[in-house]
Amino acid sequence: MRPAGRHALGWWGLILPAFLLMTAFYVAPILQVLAISFTEPQPGLGNYERLLTSESVQRVIGTTLRIGVVTTAIALVLGYALAYRIALSGPKAQRWWLLAVLVPLWISVLVRAFAWVTLLRRQGLVNQGLMAVGAIEEPLALVWNEFGIVVGMVHYMVPYAVLPMLSAMREIDPRVLAAARGLGAGRAGAFLRVFLPLSLPGVFAAGVLVFIFSLGFYITPAILGGGKTLMAAEWIKLQILDLIRWGLGAMMATVLVVAILGTLAVFSRLVNLRRLFGAGG
Amino acid sequence: MSGRAGHALSLQAVSKRYGEFVAVADASLEVGSGRFLTLLGPSGSGKTTILMMIAGFVEPSAGRVLLDGRDITAVPPERREFGMVFQGYALFPHMTVAENVAFPLRVRRLGRAERDARVRATLDLVQLEQFADRRPSQLSGGQQQRVALARALVFDPALLLLDEPLSALDKKLRAELQDELKALHRRVGRTFINVTHDQEEALSLSDEIAILNNGRLVQVGAPHALYERPATRFVASFLGRSNFIEGEAEEDDGGLVLRRGATRVLAVGRAGPGRALLSLRPEKIAVLPEGEAEDNVVEGRIAAWSYLGAGYAITVTTADLGELKVHLQAWRIPVTPAEGLPVRLGWPRGAAVAVAEDAA
Repeated sequence: MRPAGRHALGWWGLILPAFLLMTAFYVAPILQVLAISFTEPQPGLGNYERLLTSESVQRVIGTTLRIGVVTTAIALVLGYALAYRIALSGPKAQRWWLLAVLVPLWISVLVRAFAWVTLLRRQGLVNQGLMAVGAIEEPLALVWNEFGIVVGMVHYMVPYAVLPMLSAMREIDPRVLAAARGLGAGRAGAFLRVFLPLSLPGVFAAGVLVFIFSLGFYITPAILGGGKTLMAAEWIKLQILDLIRWGLGAMMATVLVVAILGTLAVFSRLVNLRRLFGAGG
Repeated sequence: MSGRAGHALSLQAVSKRYGEFVAVADASLEVGSGRFLTLLGPSGSGKTTILMMIAGFVEPSAGRVLLDGRDITAVPPERREFGMVFQGYALFPHMTVAENVAFPLRVRRLGRAERDARVRATLDLVQLEQFADRRPSQLSGGQQQRVALARALVFDPALLLLDEPLSALDKKLRAELQDELKALHRRVGRTFINVTHDQEEALSLSDEIAILNNGRLVQVGAPHALYERPATRFVASFLGRSNFIEGEAEEDDGGLVLRRGATRVLAVGRAGPGRALLSLRPEKIAVLPEGEAEDNVVEGRIAAWSYLGAGYAITVTTADLGELKVHLQAWRIPVTPAEGLPVRLGWPRGAAVAVAEDAA
């Protein structure tokens, strides 16, 4: 064996224990569960046939995709504005902004979901406030529907949208923006023609991250959806724990995993995914 | 490029303060149409701040900026119609060379046909036509610099501002691009304002140099005028090298006489009665052969010398004038330098120029 080859083998040897551990306790059980989709209730592709025939399966997938797309879009817009503001502020202000962005991440998702219920329910602060100022007569249905789910999920996802976009914006040379102004572009022109295109890799990265997260949301839709709007994760729980239909639940889980890997595969050609994991570059 | 002539710029008592810190104090400057002016100074002297006030990126705390007599102090940078080459070039990394050059025309909403024609003509001007479809990252430093120039010139700007345009390049390339920049200035006939800390670049490129120190304009003039007749100690030492001789001044018909110990130095320039300071360039001092006379003659001994190929750099210790640095061309030196060797130094009256001490 060539020295270089032996060298590389040494490196692989170093990660071998971690690899075995992951395979034995993580990958293998997951594959085992996913395999149930082909074996229960009887061997075959029967569960997957439901993708084409069952209206309820299609509705769940449709709802999940729709909420995922809407959440991603709103989180990107809000996150972009926030990241832009942060990128343009001084180093000291940046630290405070980042803290403000990160603090919600440290609060339990359960607490946050119930907090939104309190705010958005019929006797909640939002409805009562709007009625008090006379904007509405009847309380609006703000929760236990898709609207409530999207509100809760956007709130959860904005920090994940901000961080990759901020990292991309920080890489933009401020002199390039000054150059755009100096060469005759107004503020809007410099933003649209220079800043926005240069920050797009961060937007793509944030979009992928938020969308993938959104597909697998469980607690937030379960609480804010009130059991009426079902997303994939809650539907899987329903099949497996309540209806004891392991095959169908495992089928949906497999579809979710494939959809996520598929999204990653497509976007890894468009953006540098290492940005997602904070490696920059 | 149209036949529009260059424009004249003037600064009237312009100042910039950041809290207590004075970046630029009371700078007044006239740049004639079609001239090449260089703002020269060490880092922190305020030269870039002045350029940024001309460009409109920095608002003056006081004073006015005039273009052809029109007050533009309050005009935002994008409406000044000045071309600018930024330090490090600041090319748009997501655009090709042609798109970079087209940018100023695009934001001015020029028609496609005219835009393409102008981009082509300007790329031609800087000899980059075959690189039109490359990205800036695929170009060498010198090529990037030329893209930046093309981008700054393509919209026929009133002025071209250059912020340390050559500082990112290695020495050899810098000399080459200096010549190119000079030729370009002659070809386009625009007014160029350049910022640099490199005195050689300033001397070789400029019609006029404005020297700055500590936020103040110290002296403005043609390169040879500044070199031959520096106004202050700072100018004499920043532009080239200089010996300084301090002594008691007295007037005579030929100009100025400076007395130091038993030695009288004939010099030119004006100095008040009392103490005065002379600047004497090392290359203007000769080692005199036996029996030759000169306006000023001083005897001394060689304290140190080094051979530089084209010449010698010699340090001579004298009784009254202290150590004098002398630069001699190798073929003009009548003795073989050696430490301790006695030599007679001589220089014409015009070589010693009275300069002012720097303001504190």
